[in-house]
Amino acid sequence: MAHVRTAGPVLVVVAAIFAIWYVAVIPMNIKDAITQAERAGATVSPEGAQARRDMSAIGLAVRNTAVIPATYALDRPRLPAPHQIAAELWDTTIDKKITSKRSLVFHGWVTLSATLLGFAIGTAAGILLAVGIVHSRAMDMSVMPWAIASQTIPILAIAPMVIVVLNSIGVQGLIPKAIISAYLSFFPVVVGMVKGLRTPDAMQMDLLRTYNANRNQTFWRLRLPASLPFLFASLKIAVAAALVGTIVAELPAGGGRGLGGRMLTGSYYGQMIQIWSALVMAALLAAGLVFLISLIERISLRRLGLAS
Amino acid sequence: MIYVTLAFLLWAAAWALNVRLANGPHAETRTIRLAVPVLFGLTLLIMWELIVRGLNVPLVILPAPTQIAATFAEQTDILWRDFVQTFIKGALSGYFIGCGAAFLTALLVDRFDFLRQGLLPVGNFVAALPIVGTAPILVMWFGFDWQSKAAVVVVMVFFPMLINTVTGLRETSAMQRDLMHTYGASPWQSLLKLRLPAAMPFIFNGLKISTTLALIGAIVAEFFGSPIVGMGFRISTSVGQLALDMVWAEITVAALAGSLFYGAVALIEKAVTFWHPSQRA
Repeated sequence: MAHVRTAGPVLVVVAAIFAIWYVAVIPMNIKDAITQAERAGATVSPEGAQARRDMSAIGLAVRNTAVIPATYALDRPRLPAPHQIAAELWDTTIDKKITSKRSLVFHGWVTLSATLLGFAIGTAAGILLAVGIVHSRAMDMSVMPWAIASQTIPILAIAPMVIVVLNSIGVQGLIPKAIISAYLSFFPVVVGMVKGLRTPDAMQMDLLRTYNANRNQTFWRLRLPASLPFLFASLKIAVAAALVGTIVAELPAGGGRGLGGRMLTGSYYGQMIQIWSALVMAALLAAGLVFLISLIERISLRRLGLAS
Repeated sequence: MIYVTLAFLLWAAAWALNVRLANGPHAETRTIRLAVPVLFGLTLLIMWELIVRGLNVPLVILPAPTQIAATFAEQTDILWRDFVQTFIKGALSGYFIGCGAAFLTALLVDRFDFLRQGLLPVGNFVAALPIVGTAPILVMWFGFDWQSKAAVVVVMVFFPMLINTVTGLRETSAMQRDLMHTYGASPWQSLLKLRLPAAMPFIFNGLKISTTLALIGAIVAEFFGSPIVGMGFRISTSVGQLALDMVWAEITVAALAGSLFYGAVALIEKAVTFWHPSQRA
């Protein structure tokens, strides 16, 4: 029942967003549509691009109602309508062979593989560092302030440099992008994991001491299970950061490969539909990855008895 | 080779000192708590310098910190103009518009239960998406100058700020709201005197997350097109010219701007939420 009650408002909001979108397409595209209609020989008012230049888009739409349907069917619209993006998505995922350079599945896989590799490296390194920090006071005091401070810095800015430098020493393809997404997913994991490994309180630690448990046993039996909720929370942030890292890394990596590459070539050639479909694909990937992690989270926490 | 050996000797010595300081009797004092990370950072910096010099690493792969500092000092006027273009015009204006709009939307969402149930799940979903991807679209709509960068920043900070503010506005307990009711407070008064102050820790959390997002958005949007000034523009063109010292100088500016911006918001937070347990320690 709870689901039904919450689904209603969400559906209304989503429908409202689509409605606003469809309305917004008209003023966004009306100038291009009128220009095309005039070239094709239709009568438009006022005539001549010069006369229309300073007119408001809404005014133009009102005076040229006949042209409005054309705003939804432009080849290169300023704002594509949702159904145009859906058609492009269908065309580039289902109709194209996945080995084709025009297939979004191909580009999505290029991005996804770098993201997953980087995410795995970043997470493993982050957990290792967190374990070190929890067990060594010196490491805690030296590294932790920097790990926290680094989160206020726009690390993403180094992406183009890392790509070009690694390229110049002969490292290409997947690895440079994975390094950037690893770097971006690294710090959230460190911060979250340190917090998690420290959650066991003095009472629980004392109990293990009375059991005569050594450091190793304390870690595996108490600290690690206790840290899992924190780990999963930061993994969700980290995987989203890793995807953003890969997409930005694909801008200078060039070749137009990957979703970032699609966006860049789209912006060079004014292909809005291409940018939007790459964006939708990236959103689907992000949502899918976060969903996957929350699924693993729910299953493992339930098996540990940490969640009902 | 001498330099490299020296670097590792220095590392060992500094680490030994840090271990002694951290496990020593005065480890909890303010000075030590500050000295240990500073010493660690300085050691890394000096090692970087020594290794780059010792192995003769070419400038196009990794410049030494002294080279970066020299470039920084030489090019301050260019760096300043880039900073004004990207940070003051792009990031900061977008930050204020985005956070302000999100705050007003949050007040509206909080007032109508229907909006909260409908808009909040959508906002949560959008906040997890790679929103930087909207940069090429917004650059096309608003042109190459700072307006498009501000627009990207607005879109990036809007949802984290919205979610935090809405969560914060629901922080008060039923008892507290009842008390306001018995005072005969209007909804407006109850908002100003009770719920808004109680929401402040959450609002500042959103504001702090947004500082980093704002800088990232402004810089990355410049990769998709910009006038011939700006931090993102300078980074991408200097990388193309293999002038890595300039890139590092620009990254230093970005790091300084990011941490100062964050620090400024944190200071304001301290002044506004002095009553909160996390600030009283």
